[in-house]
Amino acid sequence: MFFRSRKEDKAAASGAPGQSASPGRATVSMAVNGKSVSAEIDARTLLVQLLREQLRLTGTHVGCDTSQCGACVVHVDGRAVKACTILAASCEGAKVTTIEGLAQGTELHPMQEAFRQHHGLQCGYCTPGMIMAAIDIVNRKGSTVSEAVIREELDGNICRCTGYHNIVAAVRAGAAAMGSMNRRQAAE
Amino acid sequence: MAATGIGAPVRRKEDQRFITGKGQYTDDINRPGQTYAVFVRSPHAHANIKRIDTSKLKGRDDIHVFTGEDIAKDKVGGLICGWMIHSKDGSPMKAGPHPALAQGKVRYVGDHVAVVIADTLAEARDAAELIAVEYEVLPASVDTATTQAAGKPQVHAEAPNNTVYQWHLGDKAAVDAAFASAKHVTKIDLVNNRLIPNAMEPRAAIGEFDAGNEAFTLYTTSQNPHVARLVLSAFIGIAPEHKLRVIAPDVGGGFGSKIFIYAEETVCVWAAKKVGRPVKWTADRTEAFLADAHGRDHVTHAELAMDAGGKILALRANTKANLGGYLSTFSSSVPTYLYAPLLSGQYDIPAIYCEVDAVYTNTAPVDAYRGAGRPEATFVVERLMEVAARQLGQDPAEFRRKNFITSFPHQTPVIMAYDAGDYAACLDKALEMADYKGIGARKAASQAKGLLRGLGFSAYIEACGIAPSAAVGSLGAGVGLWESAEVRVNPTGSIEVLTGSHSHGQGHETTFAQLVSQRLGVPIEQVTIVHGDTDKVQFGMGTYGSRSGAVGMSAIYYAIDKVIVKAKKVAGFVLEVPSETVDFNDGIFSSKATNKTLTFPEVALQAYIAHKFSGQQLEPGLKEGAFFDPTNFTFPSGVHICEVEIDPETGTTRIDRWTAVDDFGTLINPMIVEGQVHGGIAQGVGQALLEGAVYNAEGQLITASYMDYCMPRASDLPSFNVAMTSTPCPSNPLGIKGCGEAGAIAAPAAVINAITDALGHENIAMPATPLAVWKAAQASATKMAAE
Repeated sequence: MFFRSRKEDKAAASGAPGQSASPGRATVSMAVNGKSVSAEIDARTLLVQLLREQLRLTGTHVGCDTSQCGACVVHVDGRAVKACTILAASCEGAKVTTIEGLAQGTELHPMQEAFRQHHGLQCGYCTPGMIMAAIDIVNRKGSTVSEAVIREELDGNICRCTGYHNIVAAVRAGAAAMGSMNRRQAAE
Repeated sequence: MAATGIGAPVRRKEDQRFITGKGQYTDDINRPGQTYAVFVRSPHAHANIKRIDTSKLKGRDDIHVFTGEDIAKDKVGGLICGWMIHSKDGSPMKAGPHPALAQGKVRYVGDHVAVVIADTLAEARDAAELIAVEYEVLPASVDTATTQAAGKPQVHAEAPNNTVYQWHLGDKAAVDAAFASAKHVTKIDLVNNRLIPNAMEPRAAIGEFDAGNEAFTLYTTSQNPHVARLVLSAFIGIAPEHKLRVIAPDVGGGFGSKIFIYAEETVCVWAAKKVGRPVKWTADRTEAFLADAHGRDHVTHAELAMDAGGKILALRANTKANLGGYLSTFSSSVPTYLYAPLLSGQYDIPAIYCEVDAVYTNTAPVDAYRGAGRPEATFVVERLMEVAARQLGQDPAEFRRKNFITSFPHQTPVIMAYDAGDYAACLDKALEMADYKGIGARKAASQAKGLLRGLGFSAYIEACGIAPSAAVGSLGAGVGLWESAEVRVNPTGSIEVLTGSHSHGQGHETTFAQLVSQRLGVPIEQVTIVHGDTDKVQFGMGTYGSRSGAVGMSAIYYAIDKVIVKAKKVAGFVLEVPSETVDFNDGIFSSKATNKTLTFPEVALQAYIAHKFSGQQLEPGLKEGAFFDPTNFTFPSGVHICEVEIDPETGTTRIDRWTAVDDFGTLINPMIVEGQVHGGIAQGVGQALLEGAVYNAEGQLITASYMDYCMPRASDLPSFNVAMTSTPCPSNPLGIKGCGEAGAIAAPAAVINAITDALGHENIAMPATPLAVWKAAQASATKMAAE
């Protein structure tokens, strides 16, 4: 396994992206948190395995084997995806954002800040997936999304600690903060 | 200091790493040269292992396979149960051996047959697929209620009739006499459904061996790393205690399931030396369902005797408790001393008698799960209270109030001496918050929509802050249940607190720092809480039983006392006044004998540079430790009121409102306490409405994934209306009672009482699924039509 920038990859001209490097192997290139990465992987490697084991981005968690707990949610080309259910090889050329890529330097994303302010986490294990899913909910449903819709939309994310009360409060507050951030950015 | 001291809703210090993906859970840790372990597990509930054929792996030097034979050859001891229970005839409990890898026989689906270790997880999995295990399948005994019957398959030869012990507590003669004189008796049959804990982080372990130092390290998902080290050393015999370092880093929830010392971490440590490389194992979710210790699983008949006016005379209960295929670490204590002593609830009951048969079945081991025995007791008491009130035609709130204990201390007939409480205060507040007066109108409004509305109470008590060591020792515990702390003040005045408690979601890094900040007058940012590493913290008993506030923080409290005593001596030398005249308030040392003052960091520096006193006068440095052994349990209590609306056409139960008023004594951080209550209620609602482990007659776990085991989702729950009252606990210096388990203890009875109120039925089994509720609603309608 190796890593190199996409530029080097192109310079090496080592075949089309996603093409098998050798039987059972694949080469995949994508942008993760704004950085180009390329890796030769076992073809059956899941996106979450690539992130956790090869890129050492361990903020994305695995909590089940049936795509239900949502601890592994990341954004692929701007949409929430369960990284345990997608092959890394099928993310060729994609833009992937993980929990590690949300904050701008030391400035937290409004949804991260909302989870802290509203005590939306306890053990922290489901939290990265919750935050990534919550941002996606706001992107789809808007910054005034209701409690009922938030509860419905969080069906694919399981938390065992909080009873969801404070997660829902955090998502509402985070949604409102994302709304004002977007308005501010639009005004600028 | 008030902004970060005791009672302030301080935002959590630990959150920064969790919300940015920088937490360090066991599976996030990767050791140089690590290998990956996969366990070959039994697909049968009960079978003899005839042959383990590894011939397809012949010549594969990169693959290691170890079986029970290897672990026996190395004389690795079996897993232990650390609490001895004696049967009523005086005989010790009858426990079969619990090997880390099966010795010729498997006793539940998921039991450990072999371990396969390879360079990658995928290779280990592929190799495990190539191992052929030949089994002689035996009939299995699965059902709690009938496993003791004649002719049932025997799980362990050591335990005839699958009976581990037949235990009792209380005065049978007094209870029988009270029942004989009773004007009214309420009887009830209950099943406390089996649950699977499901912390979101699956269990994991990395074993490592340093040949140069003959020393082992274990990274593991543990609530109590020192207990794990003690058991692995003293009982299982993996390594001497001083040659085994156990690290429990960030742990993603426990709920009891990570207290225990399991086969997997034992094997990882042992195999690391054999392989000569670190060995990592992480459970997948199905393994968690199969092999994490389950919870609850009681079958109970209970009766309540009352006089003509509804005053309680006596209570008796007969329980069968399923402990599974092996005795897990503390399993024997759960249906005995964590259960029967809580059967007095919040009520003045003159006589109580409880019999418990603990039984083996061909199912996963059952041990402590959030509440551990106390939810089972509360379910018995609060279902009895509700049914009795209905049978007597009395208001369920007033029936409870009539029987409340009102003076303290109160000695119950079942061991416990309640030290403080005001049960009527909780009830009054809860009735008001729930708008109890308006329930009639709300029921009518629901009825007009074709829906059924019901309201249910649960006035729970629990015993937390476990526990006085001598007391639990006299009841059979193999350990003491004190806690330790060390407060290390650095020369610059910043502070590290080393605690034997372990945080896996509770927020200790914040609450413990609040205590230090308040008492030493230092900013909370100057305080770091160190936990979860046996090389750093000298010893500790860990976190379970809502004990970290009441016991763990008390140890910190007394260590701080010692720091202040020492610091005053240092200040006396620097201020050139007698140390007896030195006062310490809000981080400032002063004395009536001088107008000079010193800050806490100034004194810390002086303690370390030691220029103002000689070695004969005072030891340099500022570091103190304390062990705190409580003098009593703590007794959190409260009243939860659940209001449901049921659609009789679909059987769907919607929780419309939830009111919780709890008395936890002193609150360190109300935000965190409320969060604990929310989470507990959700688990209790899960038990009542959604969750249930199901084994079929052959012992196959039918509910072994999130497809089949229904976890509470956000849409299953309402927002909760939570409030507190406070009677401080007199048996610890901070007055803390503990809040971690209350919701899970209170909630199931409140939900079932609400559903049965709505349906006009006296009983419904948990989980009250839409199908069960629909059937009950149809039966109720038929019954009402007939009347």
